[in-house]
Amino acid sequence: MKRVQFNRPLLPYLLILPQMAVIVIFFYWPSAQAIQSSFYIEDPFGFGASFVGLANYKDILTSGEYLRIVNFTVIFTLLVTFLSLAIGLLLAVKADKVLRGASAYKTLLISVYAVAPPVAGLIGVMFFDQHIGPFTKLAAWFGWEMRVGIDYWDTAITMITISVWKQIPYNFIFFLSGLQGISRSVVEAAAIDCRSPTRRFWTVILPLLSPTAFFLLIINMTYALFDTFGIIDTTVKDKAANNPITLVYKVYMDGFRGNDIGGSSAQSVILMLVVLVLTVFQFRFIERRVHYN
Amino acid sequence: MSGHKLFLSVSVAAGVLASSAAQAQTDITWWHGMSGHNGDVINEIATKFNDAQSECALTPVSKGTYEEALAAGIAAFRSGEQPNILQVFDAGAATIINAKGATIAAEDLINNAGHDFDRDAFIPGVRNFYADADGKFIGMPFNSSAPIMYINTEALEKAGVEAPKTWEEFEAIAPKLKEAGYVPLVQSQLTWEFTENFFSRNDIQFASNNNGYDSVIDTTINVTAPEHVMMYDKLKAWADEGYFGYYGAGWSDNQKVFEENKAALWIGSSGSFGGLQKTATMPFSATFLPYWNAIEGAGVHSFIGGAALFAMAGKSDAENTCTASFFQFLTSPEIQVFYHKSTGYVPITTAAYDLAKEQGYYEEKPVAEVGIKQLSLPGGDWDKGYRLGFYPQIREIMEREYGRIFSGETTPAEAMETIKKEGDALLSRFAKTAG
Repeated sequence: MKRVQFNRPLLPYLLILPQMAVIVIFFYWPSAQAIQSSFYIEDPFGFGASFVGLANYKDILTSGEYLRIVNFTVIFTLLVTFLSLAIGLLLAVKADKVLRGASAYKTLLISVYAVAPPVAGLIGVMFFDQHIGPFTKLAAWFGWEMRVGIDYWDTAITMITISVWKQIPYNFIFFLSGLQGISRSVVEAAAIDCRSPTRRFWTVILPLLSPTAFFLLIINMTYALFDTFGIIDTTVKDKAANNPITLVYKVYMDGFRGNDIGGSSAQSVILMLVVLVLTVFQFRFIERRVHYN
Repeated sequence: MSGHKLFLSVSVAAGVLASSAAQAQTDITWWHGMSGHNGDVINEIATKFNDAQSECALTPVSKGTYEEALAAGIAAFRSGEQPNILQVFDAGAATIINAKGATIAAEDLINNAGHDFDRDAFIPGVRNFYADADGKFIGMPFNSSAPIMYINTEALEKAGVEAPKTWEEFEAIAPKLKEAGYVPLVQSQLTWEFTENFFSRNDIQFASNNNGYDSVIDTTINVTAPEHVMMYDKLKAWADEGYFGYYGAGWSDNQKVFEENKAALWIGSSGSFGGLQKTATMPFSATFLPYWNAIEGAGVHSFIGGAALFAMAGKSDAENTCTASFFQFLTSPEIQVFYHKSTGYVPITTAAYDLAKEQGYYEEKPVAEVGIKQLSLPGGDWDKGYRLGFYPQIREIMEREYGRIFSGETTPAEAMETIKKEGDALLSRFAKTAG
């Protein structure tokens, strides 16, 4: 391959400067500040700060409540990621086979993606409302008294359902385009070799889809960890009480509502480390199994 | 929202016109955490102030909820962009009052501007809540409310009982109310109505160091007081018997049950009156928050809820003079009565209360007087207020543990131990922020 060389050594740096400036101002600088604040207990108005070393981290990691939230965040992230990927893939595989009315079917599935997370949360909350929610009434038919906002797991199920519902269309779009990108000749060759469509799916189609699946895995995990904030906020109606929350929501509660800057900074540093480890893990271990063309 | 934006653009346009007419006008801003109807009333007050004089132009800005207004005020102060006036809610009082240098005491501000400040002009219940240990007003009480008990008159008639004054009386009538087909009791905010105001109304110490007023060092919270644990033991027992309905930590999920004529008694805010008139599907009245007859000295006035206005530091003398004029304007009887009538919040001065009485307002709407009457009850030792750092977070811990009591995950005694342990840890963290 022919390599393009710049004659002036400074030009490339100049070209990436705007991008770097954005990253430094909006990512590195706040991150550095968060790391600094996490070693202090600070007056919210900025009048005084006591250096406390690692005390903020120690307080967080020894708090039973924080560990409970960690636990829920893990369960929530795994379930939301798995369910929205699985259902998205299933729908995409089915949609790929539909010939008549395909575009109407696809548009219907995709349209949900246009709903903003807080709005999705509000719609979901109405569905699960303890007084008027149709899903609550449906559950009551089956003898399940759903009490969203009071019962921990009822609220958790509501949050997971809304989050999955919101993310399915995104996964659907990517899986569908991935499926349509698989060359017909490969599919036909496989059909000659193997009669079972299920087996063909696992041995031929899915490996060919793996780059898409890997990309979606990362996106969905990030979604479940961070972007579900609006859904959680609307589901608990601003009062977390004994309802489940995720780590990001805890950072918000302590930092923005409780004005505990040191504590919430330490939490966001922990969150940053978790995401870093997760990303490294995904790229080192899972990506090895991905087949790019 | 669009109405609000329209108002803003109109007021901005009006401001532009006015300032071109009179160059010497001083602009001041007021950040608050009200929206909807209460936000509109704030805009009306600002318009009244701007029309009443020509030296100052006040612009109110809604920052969302109470918590968001405080967070926005803090962020703005740190970058030197603070408004002249910031509305801070009851639970955030310690955060702003302990940040000495962030605010100018309302009393100093008003005296420096050449007005006379009279503490005794305010009704007893509001005098100390936003004041320092010596009784000096730091914040200017603004929207003030008290937790009171709303009564579904139909339900009580059907059951053939009288409204209870004490919790003992409630226990006696609860079975009859249940038999009549009602949830006997609902509430809307356990932290405010059954914890903070349990301590005030029953005159029990809420926190060490004089409820936190004297010092932030080694302040501890007294939620494990046997009487307080007993209150929650009772609530849980009542819930199990079907005498008390708990519908989560959200305010309106609980209020709805009362509005829909399904509950007999609802502990709400005196400020809920205006809205309830529109939403309640049955006739209702109100009375004081019950107390325990068995507790010696109980039955004194409650804490005020709601919020106060703080004059932020770092502003020019001209602007501070305007802020002082506005505070004076706000406490004038006419404005207080206007605010009282349009929102349901209580008038905070005796003069305003007298004016409302003179106008015959309470003959027309007796429910509107319950809150102020309760705040004017004789005082005890522990009903002046509390000053606790990181209190919004302590409230969150209470909400969590109280939710667990009613879902059966914990017992009241265990819950109070947890709240005390985590709450005391937060209080000692807060003491370090001053360092």
